[in-house]
Amino acid sequence: MTTVNVSNQDAAAAAGSKQVLTFTLGDETYGVDILRVQEIRGWSPVTRIPQAPAHVLGVLNLRGSIVPIVDLRMRFNLEHAEYTPLTVIIVLSIESAVGRRDIGLVVDGVSDVIDVPQADVKPAPELGQHVSTEFIEGLAAVAGRMVMLLDIDRLIGEDVTGVATVPAAANG
Amino acid sequence: MTLDLAQFHDAFFDESYEALDTMEAALLKLDLGAPDPELINTIFRVAHSIKGGSATFGFSEVASFTHTCEAVLDELRANRMEVTRHILDLLLKSVDVMRDMLRAVQHKEPIDAQRVADLQFDLELTIAQNNAAAAAPTSPQDSTAQVTASVEAEHSPSPETEASHSQGGEGSKRAHRWRILFRPRPQLMAHGNDPLRMIRELAELGPIEVKLDASDLPELTVLEPERCYFAWEIVVETDAEREAIDQIFDWAEGDCELTITDDYAPAQPQAPGASAEAQAPQPEPPAGSSNVVNIATAATAKASEPAKPSQDHHEGGKHGLGDGSSIRVSTEKIDELMNTVGELVITQSMLSQLGAKVSGPIGEQLRSGLAQLERNMRELQESVMRVRMLPISFVFSRFPRMVRDLSQRLSKQVELKVTGEQTELDKTVLEKIGDPLVHLVRNCVDHGIESPEARTAAGKPPTGVVSLEAYHKGGNITIEVADDGAGLNREKILAKARERGLVGPNDTLSDEQIDDLIFHAGFSTADQATDISGRGVGMDVVRRNIKELGGHIEVRSQPGKGSRFIITLPLTLAIVDGQSVAVGTETYIVPLVTIIESLQLKPGMVNRVAGQGEVFWFREQYVPIVRLHELFGIRPRATALHEGLIMVVEGDGKRVGLFVDDLLGQQQVVIKSLETNYRRVEGVSGATILGDGSVALILDVPGLIRVAAQSAAA
Repeated sequence: MTTVNVSNQDAAAAAGSKQVLTFTLGDETYGVDILRVQEIRGWSPVTRIPQAPAHVLGVLNLRGSIVPIVDLRMRFNLEHAEYTPLTVIIVLSIESAVGRRDIGLVVDGVSDVIDVPQADVKPAPELGQHVSTEFIEGLAAVAGRMVMLLDIDRLIGEDVTGVATVPAAANG
Repeated sequence: MTLDLAQFHDAFFDESYEALDTMEAALLKLDLGAPDPELINTIFRVAHSIKGGSATFGFSEVASFTHTCEAVLDELRANRMEVTRHILDLLLKSVDVMRDMLRAVQHKEPIDAQRVADLQFDLELTIAQNNAAAAAPTSPQDSTAQVTASVEAEHSPSPETEASHSQGGEGSKRAHRWRILFRPRPQLMAHGNDPLRMIRELAELGPIEVKLDASDLPELTVLEPERCYFAWEIVVETDAEREAIDQIFDWAEGDCELTITDDYAPAQPQAPGASAEAQAPQPEPPAGSSNVVNIATAATAKASEPAKPSQDHHEGGKHGLGDGSSIRVSTEKIDELMNTVGELVITQSMLSQLGAKVSGPIGEQLRSGLAQLERNMRELQESVMRVRMLPISFVFSRFPRMVRDLSQRLSKQVELKVTGEQTELDKTVLEKIGDPLVHLVRNCVDHGIESPEARTAAGKPPTGVVSLEAYHKGGNITIEVADDGAGLNREKILAKARERGLVGPNDTLSDEQIDDLIFHAGFSTADQATDISGRGVGMDVVRRNIKELGGHIEVRSQPGKGSRFIITLPLTLAIVDGQSVAVGTETYIVPLVTIIESLQLKPGMVNRVAGQGEVFWFREQYVPIVRLHELFGIRPRATALHEGLIMVVEGDGKRVGLFVDDLLGQQQVVIKSLETNYRRVEGVSGATILGDGSVALILDVPGLIRVAAQSAAA
């Protein structure tokens, strides 16, 4: 089990720039704010919960607390991948309408921690009705790759709490 | 002085609230005719320490008000005033006012000055009236004049000269002439004590003479403003007993050298040893001056004051340093401890499973070690669990006051009997049982107990009795709330239930079934909704709250004799005795209390209702079968009913047979909330962590039965 403690990162990342943990799903690269990441661990079988959305796989024991596990592939309706010991769970803390929650996100693999200057973050373009982009905080081009920065509060909040996430200030 | 006293505020408020509770309880115990002097002393001490504390912290409004209360209490204590209902009412109101003032000060909100002033006026008026009535044998104005004079003089003590003054030392001879040698340690002021305040309080007792010893005062260049360099010799002529003097220095205990002697003590000739000790305050070897606490040297106190038992003031319990029997710990810390112990239990059972696989002589040793570990773990877990347990008196203590106020408002005569208030239960349960109990007690006083006239007419004593009782029974705690009033009016209940359509017009119900109707939503039979009970939130809420705690409530009533509500609650919400069951690859925990029986069905024992629902005959009734794997959408190992097991469980008075693959074992599990990181799931009350580190869900049987009924209907 790989446990990387990253919550103690140098928060003083120069103003206007933030550190992002990037991970992959298939060919795509996503990023989440490093300050939200609690730990990264390997896959282990989960306990199923009744009446849960399909992409909420179940719960795991994380050092004594019961943490729900969300399969991001299933959340994005991507093709299902087999869970192997190499499958990675990123444990994140999210802010929901009813308070802080810890959740685990199943992804294909973790790539890197990168600095993303605020100026490099571009809003996600409107892609029409069939592609929903409200949980994409922005797009950033880093070393020739496009990284989709996720608004995990919006993406996951409602799934785990059953309470709609308060929409952030309305813009674009 | 720039010392930040704010760091002590929280402790002061906590202690004061507790002290006020004590005071309230003591006030309620006071008999009108013949009050117990010890109780009055307790009440006086509380008022006194709140006054001292608030004066120290500069909460002058509180101090001033408390001072007035104290004055009334002093009259009571000296038997100069009788304990009347009126005074009790005033004092109880004062407790409320003090509580509110402290709360306002604590949260930096404005104090309701009008209310305080009104009550303070009433209190002062009472004293004045009483004094006038007593036709003052000694003139009280005289002594007040002296007090103000001496206190004013004390305001500006000059360090070089010995500030000494004696005012009106003549006059009527007092009972005592206390000679007090008061030498504070340098850190006295840092601990929030102010010598000036103490001297002022002494001055209130009678004519006072103060000599200042400034010989330790250092050069200005090395002087530390927050240290106390002075010592005083104080002579006060007063009728006040030794206890009153001790109380003034109560807070300084441990921070000063203090010798108190009585110049008038009759003991002097008989007990020269004692007075010698008093004169030479340090009979011990020289080291004594550094850390021996000399306050209330028992020998001197006893010798100079043979009449009063000097332990009196220690019995109050709360104050002083000697009382180290309890400490204040935040619940967060205890919860952390609980979590860690929970983790340890899991690790231990993981090790036990591993240990079972080790063979050979080492395996043998390992297993005996592990068995020892398991025993220790269980003890540790129980000890930690006990830390969270509190006596139910924390909840019961509010009722004497409530019943008193209610019965006054309703012009009823009600006596409250409380038994078993030392019965302990988990803090979480305790916090949540308060409101339902308040509701029940209110109901008993409001609806249960009749008016004195009605009672006399029915041949009962005019004073009704409401009783509260708590005791342990099995692994549960039972709380009974009973009254000896009219009992439930079954005709009225039934009529109302018919009117609401809860009961069909031709249904006949047993008495118990009728009584049970009061727990239905929106059911209040009071002809008139009073502001005391019957606000639409009724017994249904009470029952729901108790259910949420994993308990249940029932009512027993006899017409004309009264009603009795019986509440059964688990001792703790933190652990549950459970039976693990297997369904497919999943493990679930079923709380043991809900299980009636487990059995294996033979083909042919199962009947179908309308070709759909499966039922089987069990103890004189048909019980529906709930297939857990269907309900939870998992793939089982057994699909035919005779291959698995049926576990008959009961919840909300309904029985179902849960179909599971297999039974695994019984164990006590630590309950963890799913809602911490997820949300509530119907049919699941929580989760626990098994020996192998995996998570198992704990089933909520009543919820499960509801879900099953809904999914069957769908």
